Amino acid sequence: MGIIYILWLRQLKRHLRSRGRVFASLGQPLLYLCAFGFGFGGVYRRAGQGDYLQFLAPGVIGMGIMFSAVFGGIELIWDKQFGFIKETLVAPVPRWLIMLGRTAGGATVALLQGLIVILMCLALGFRPQTLAQLPLLALFMALVAIFFSALGTVIACIVADFQAFPLVMNFLVLPLFFLSGALFPLGQVPAALALIARLNPLAYGIDGLRGALTGAWHFSSVADLAVLGVLTLALLLLASHLFDQIEA
Amino acid sequence: MTRRFGSIVAVDDVSFEVARGEIFAFLGPNGAGKTTTIRMLTTLLQPSSGQIELDGLDIVREPTAARRRFGIVFQDSSLDFELTARENLVIHAVLYHVPAAERAPRIERLLRLFDLWERRDDIVKRFSGGMRRRLEIARCLLHTPAVIFLDEPTLGLDPQTRNQLWTHVRTLNEQEQVTVFLTTHYMDEAERVAGRLAVIDHGRIVAQGTPQELKEQTGSDSLEQAFLKLTGTQIRDDDGGAGKDRMRQFVRGGAAR
Repeated sequence: MGIIYILWLRQLKRHLRSRGRVFASLGQPLLYLCAFGFGFGGVYRRAGQGDYLQFLAPGVIGMGIMFSAVFGGIELIWDKQFGFIKETLVAPVPRWLIMLGRTAGGATVALLQGLIVILMCLALGFRPQTLAQLPLLALFMALVAIFFSALGTVIACIVADFQAFPLVMNFLVLPLFFLSGALFPLGQVPAALALIARLNPLAYGIDGLRGALTGAWHFSSVADLAVLGVLTLALLLLASHLFDQIEA
Repeated sequence: MTRRFGSIVAVDDVSFEVARGEIFAFLGPNGAGKTTTIRMLTTLLQPSSGQIELDGLDIVREPTAARRRFGIVFQDSSLDFELTARENLVIHAVLYHVPAAERAPRIERLLRLFDLWERRDDIVKRFSGGMRRRLEIARCLLHTPAVIFLDEPTLGLDPQTRNQLWTHVRTLNEQEQVTVFLTTHYMDEAERVAGRLAVIDHGRIVAQGTPQELKEQTGSDSLEQAFLKLTGTQIRDDDGGAGKDRMRQFVRGGAAR
């Protein structure tokens, strides 16, 4: 529908116009790739696990998508503070449609970021095992983008203002990332960590990305798709419900 | 209409009529129930009881249809500052189902009308306060509403801009018969511009009529004097949103869909 398109377009324009933001958000994946990738590379190989960059790259790609999507969703707080939200709330359009447009836009921006991170990884020497899994890769990227875009929206609906940002970062986003198997294999961690990972939606997303790119699956493609798919749907419904309750 | 928040009765059986094509001013001190009333009139809040009819539609039963019939300029800007003037208008046109073929011509006409055509591709962030307000009024007219709500439209603007704004509004009102429902703290403006007005205090209408009638009723020389006589000279502090937050607890799920 034209409404989803126009709100999607708005998110895209806003993102592409703030060049500073585009570059800043790419700094973090680059940092992780270089610092961890080259830093731990030697140790990892000596432990018999092979090339750390190959292992790490999908994790960092997932990170790029996740961070971009969450903060895109949280942009809603910005709209609440600066008033644009009122324009959408008083319009003769059902709220879930507004939310879908925003989420689609935020997810697309996150996917674009993910693509750039993939290019960065390739430039640093990462090589996917096969190109046959490209559709599967695209699917996992999309699911991660949509899931975390919806999560960002949920957070923005619950949280009143920007003060909560550091809390959200430190107690939600970073823990999700660190305990997802993005940085280390989940096969050899203590039971407690393995359990947390099994409850972490991002773990399934990262596993999906890693599996599609390098053929190394911790769970399985079916499990990853199922869990991530169902959770994404559930989160979209929750976000829609909360968005419905927003006060102009 | 009546609106309760728990045990607080913010709006107590408030009733009034606004004729088509009228410029109607809604006045009241802080905390009088003005904002709550407006939110109910603009489908952002459901009344606890009562009936609201706008352009022949029952707002409570058909909020989405009602929204097509009115436009609103909020007190706080609801523009997207990172987009251009034209982009803001296009978004509005799409949200309000303006037919695709009509969008460009209407946007051009309104931007020219409000002297903003030259700046149509400029980012709104760079507009002055007066320009933004003009853009918002232009925007709310894009879908040819029957009624426009203006919430403190001239707040913070210089006299020249205020004068220009009211000239535009009056022209529109005369030419297109758009009904104007405004709130303001500037009594001199209300007196000059409004055909009829109502004063709300403590959730109740305390006076209704033309500015002249209110002056005669209270034996005053100016509307401001009449207003002060009707609502008293005690200062009502704007509670800085704390009261709003308290009300918010009760308002979850209270908006008309």
